[in-house]
Amino acid sequence: MAPNAMIGSPIKRREDPRLITGHATYTDDMTPAGTVYLHMVRSPHGHANIKSINVDAAHKIPGVLAIFTGDEMKKEVGPLAAVSVGGHPIPDHFSIASGKVRCLGEIVAAVVADSRYHARDAAELVEVDYEPLPAIIDMEKAYKGESGLVHDSIPNNLAATLEFGNDVTDAFKNAEIVVEQRYVNQRMAPNPIENRVVLAQFRTGDESLLITTSTQIPHILRTLLSGVLSIPEHLIRVVAPEVGGGFGCKLNIYAEEVIACYAAKKLGKPVKWTETRSEGMVATIHGRDQIDYIRIAATKDGMITGLDITAYCNMGAYLQLLSSSIPVLCGVICNGAYAMPAVHFKALCIYTNTTPTDAYRGAGRPEATYMIERLVTLLAHRLGMDPMELRRKNFIKDFPYASPLGLMFDSGNYATAMDKAMEIFGYDEMRKMQADALKEGRYIGIGQSTYVEVCGLGPGQGMTTARGYECATIRAELTGKVTVFTGISPHGQGQETSFAQIVADNFGIPMEDVIIKHGDTENTPYGMGTYGSRGTAVGGGALMLAVDSIKEKAKKIAAFQLEANAEDIVFEDGKFSVSGTPSRSITFQEVCLKAYVDPKMAPVIEPGLEATRYFEPGNFVFPFGTHLCATEIDADTGDVKILKYIAVDDCGNQINPMLVAGQVHGGLTQGIAQALFEEVVYDENGQLISGTLMDYTVPTASELPFYTLDHTTTPSPSNPLGVKGIGEAGTIASTPCVVNAVVDALRPFNIDDIQMPLRPEKLWKIIHQGTQNGNGHGAAQSVVQQHFGDDNK
Amino acid sequence: MIPSAFDYYTPASLDEALQLLAEHGDDAKVLAGGHSLIPAMRLRLAQPEKIIDISGLRQSLSYIKEENGVIKIGAMTTHYQIESSDLLKSKAPILPEAAGVIGDVQVRNWGTVGGSLVHADPSSDLPAVAMALGAELVLQSTRGERVEKIDNFFTGILETSIEPDELLTEIRIPTPTGKKTSYQKLANKASHYSVVGAAAVVGMDGGKISDVKVAFSGLAEMPMRFESLEKALIGQAGDDASLNTACAGFASGVDALEDLHGSQEYRRAMAEVYAKRAIKAAISNN
Repeated sequence: MAPNAMIGSPIKRREDPRLITGHATYTDDMTPAGTVYLHMVRSPHGHANIKSINVDAAHKIPGVLAIFTGDEMKKEVGPLAAVSVGGHPIPDHFSIASGKVRCLGEIVAAVVADSRYHARDAAELVEVDYEPLPAIIDMEKAYKGESGLVHDSIPNNLAATLEFGNDVTDAFKNAEIVVEQRYVNQRMAPNPIENRVVLAQFRTGDESLLITTSTQIPHILRTLLSGVLSIPEHLIRVVAPEVGGGFGCKLNIYAEEVIACYAAKKLGKPVKWTETRSEGMVATIHGRDQIDYIRIAATKDGMITGLDITAYCNMGAYLQLLSSSIPVLCGVICNGAYAMPAVHFKALCIYTNTTPTDAYRGAGRPEATYMIERLVTLLAHRLGMDPMELRRKNFIKDFPYASPLGLMFDSGNYATAMDKAMEIFGYDEMRKMQADALKEGRYIGIGQSTYVEVCGLGPGQGMTTARGYECATIRAELTGKVTVFTGISPHGQGQETSFAQIVADNFGIPMEDVIIKHGDTENTPYGMGTYGSRGTAVGGGALMLAVDSIKEKAKKIAAFQLEANAEDIVFEDGKFSVSGTPSRSITFQEVCLKAYVDPKMAPVIEPGLEATRYFEPGNFVFPFGTHLCATEIDADTGDVKILKYIAVDDCGNQINPMLVAGQVHGGLTQGIAQALFEEVVYDENGQLISGTLMDYTVPTASELPFYTLDHTTTPSPSNPLGVKGIGEAGTIASTPCVVNAVVDALRPFNIDDIQMPLRPEKLWKIIHQGTQNGNGHGAAQSVVQQHFGDDNK
Repeated sequence: MIPSAFDYYTPASLDEALQLLAEHGDDAKVLAGGHSLIPAMRLRLAQPEKIIDISGLRQSLSYIKEENGVIKIGAMTTHYQIESSDLLKSKAPILPEAAGVIGDVQVRNWGTVGGSLVHADPSSDLPAVAMALGAELVLQSTRGERVEKIDNFFTGILETSIEPDELLTEIRIPTPTGKKTSYQKLANKASHYSVVGAAAVVGMDGGKISDVKVAFSGLAEMPMRFESLEKALIGQAGDDASLNTACAGFASGVDALEDLHGSQEYRRAMAEVYAKRAIKAAISNN
């Protein structure tokens, strides 16, 4: 492929050959000589006092080297780190529980042995005497204080209260119509295909620690581990090798990482912990789990005048790194793509005896998008308007738009994307088909989601506790090859490909001459990592700045070599030439060589051709689009079939459309799966009902429709590439789209809501038993009214 | 997999396997394709002291043949071999049809028909299909051989009438000549096991159902047939109206399974829906 033609080309991922031929090296593929193995003893109770722990029998298993308990470890190692939003308290969360367990699967002891078999056998012989306590599972009850306390020091189990927006009192007082709902955004398990794995090596002698771990944030983790373990940061090296997906759940500091480091230091041996899939269901953070009371005020002709939300956000038993930050990402975007003068969002962050929740693909924006997209459709229904027309009326049209929630929407073109999606979908014909089908007793529904999300974390001033930048080092090598060290930590996003495209195009060199390095704190500059759809939007910005710096110095070298002024040097097609005299030129590769070897430049130009740059954007980015789908409900069984799914997304300029499509496909799949399949279910004792993949439904291709993708292009003004994140958009948009379609199909049964996931039985009950008995319906109207009281009557 | 410790035996012949079972049967589990046993051992839900791995018998116990109107399938025959068998496609197409909806390709390449029957997971597909076909099971031990009718084989969840020293070696099915058959299931979307599945083997005479067996997977603790249903179906034309009447209420009293994927009430209702679907599909199928 010719240089300068790579940006925008659907180039196959360079990562794939090693992945699909089994040559990738994940953490678990590494077993240094002398490696010993860690196995955790975990709580079988949701809530219990630990009366005693007896490890005598476990020690008798051959090969057991150590058994650690919480009381012992907390003398030397601090609690896990978590971010406090606005200063709320963070209860101690030690890597190994001490005195009390607060959720199923919490670690009560850690066994190290010479093999995985001995470690697990010994773990089974650790005798823990528990005094079970009533588990606190229902977060609304937990908040009312009806079921006891998770942390004795935290009244009402209220971890934090977060509030955004302005006063909505008048908006609701003067509203011509108010629609209220209670929406449940169920708990999800991220389930990356690679479970979490940690390998810790401590070098006695120089007292340094090497930790290889399946993480999205090697640099941040290094800093956090340093604090928790009291080991100076410069003596710690974190390596994220091949990482098999994360979806936000590897954006954390985990107990197992700390315990592995502690054990490695104690024993002077490499210590490895490999999570099992069942273990991951309780030991890795969960996502979502939010109950929203939402009301919208509007005029009779469909202009939205106010929005008011109280969100109950289930934190689980402890705060993990960003547990209480997720509701922030929900609150700031809860107005969706709609301009409205009054919006108020309040989040009540509640502790329960469940696995902590944290970032899961979309992290806050799916919750926001779900409720606004569901409610706007319901408002249209109440007003007898078409849901697309009501949306069109209320779209933000003038950019930049300062929302009452504090965001500055920098760009957008919502109606254009909607028109395109409706045309591809055949909206009017589909509506006609729906009506015809109903006459035959077939239930077809049309759902929509005209989402906007906020990502590319983030602008320094938009963050809560740390600056939001990214960085890149470009080193043009002596031979004209280019090595890039990026601060992001891709784990499936494909930047080894897309960043190489960008660099190759900019330097006019073959893509094969560029390599992208990431995930090792020893050779990459301090970056924030990969999450929040920021890799290309922010990391790509840093890359472009470094490109500029390299070009700048290269021009000086070229000027020296061509005996011209640097201002007169132009760079085109991989050649530096003197403006107006193209025959006087020098190639990029020649410049690289001269940079390192030419003694004549010694007095004038510093050797080398390398640049490190940081990019801190001035704003977030705001991808948007319209998704439309048609579903048919099998009236006999309640099974949902997606007949058609159209996604028109706008992520600005596309570096590699094939990567974009891949991200959208994966995102759609996870979002649709939330609508239809996935749910973490606890019983009232805090036991997990959906504890394995036999019951927790991660869909396969056979459960999913064909996706029709298209796009519009509205470049972001907030970064040099004009790009916007696309990693989460599919997940954010698709969940309400599918639920709207199913609710639309079952409108003849006079329902407004069905609680996710839309298991066939719930729909069957609606069809066969009417709206009164089905347990899968949304909340009774009385519950919602009780919440809002007489406020808007 | 990190199971608890076990002794591991790899018999090379049927005689050797039966000898080992005679010796260790009470403490041993037989490992065939492993797709039910291994997950249980991985979670340490099963902690057998001894494993008798019969993969050495794969050569001798995987076959599909027809002799004197009886189809004989070796117990080590894989789901994929059943799914792709030309003999079965022409003589007993319900078997390839059902085998093709078990799990995924990897599962079908490893899982065996004998393992599926002996494991007796009520949500497995093949036990119900074998029941609808009136299969007989050949059970061998050092004490000799006996042939068990499938209607007497299943005794509860994961329980059968097989003795600890016995090995299932062959499944015999009277060739369903002239019968119309189909297996239809509502799959659990997580595991692809059946929430409810129905296997129908239907004889038609002069446009009316003359004899019929319908067996259900996923519905109750073991695969089961309903006498009332099969009686009600005799003499019906198999049109919607007659099926609606004949299939109404037969499962209303059954002690159905219940889990995240379906309550008892739902499973009972789905038994009716899938009985109709299987019979309709059978009649229009062959």
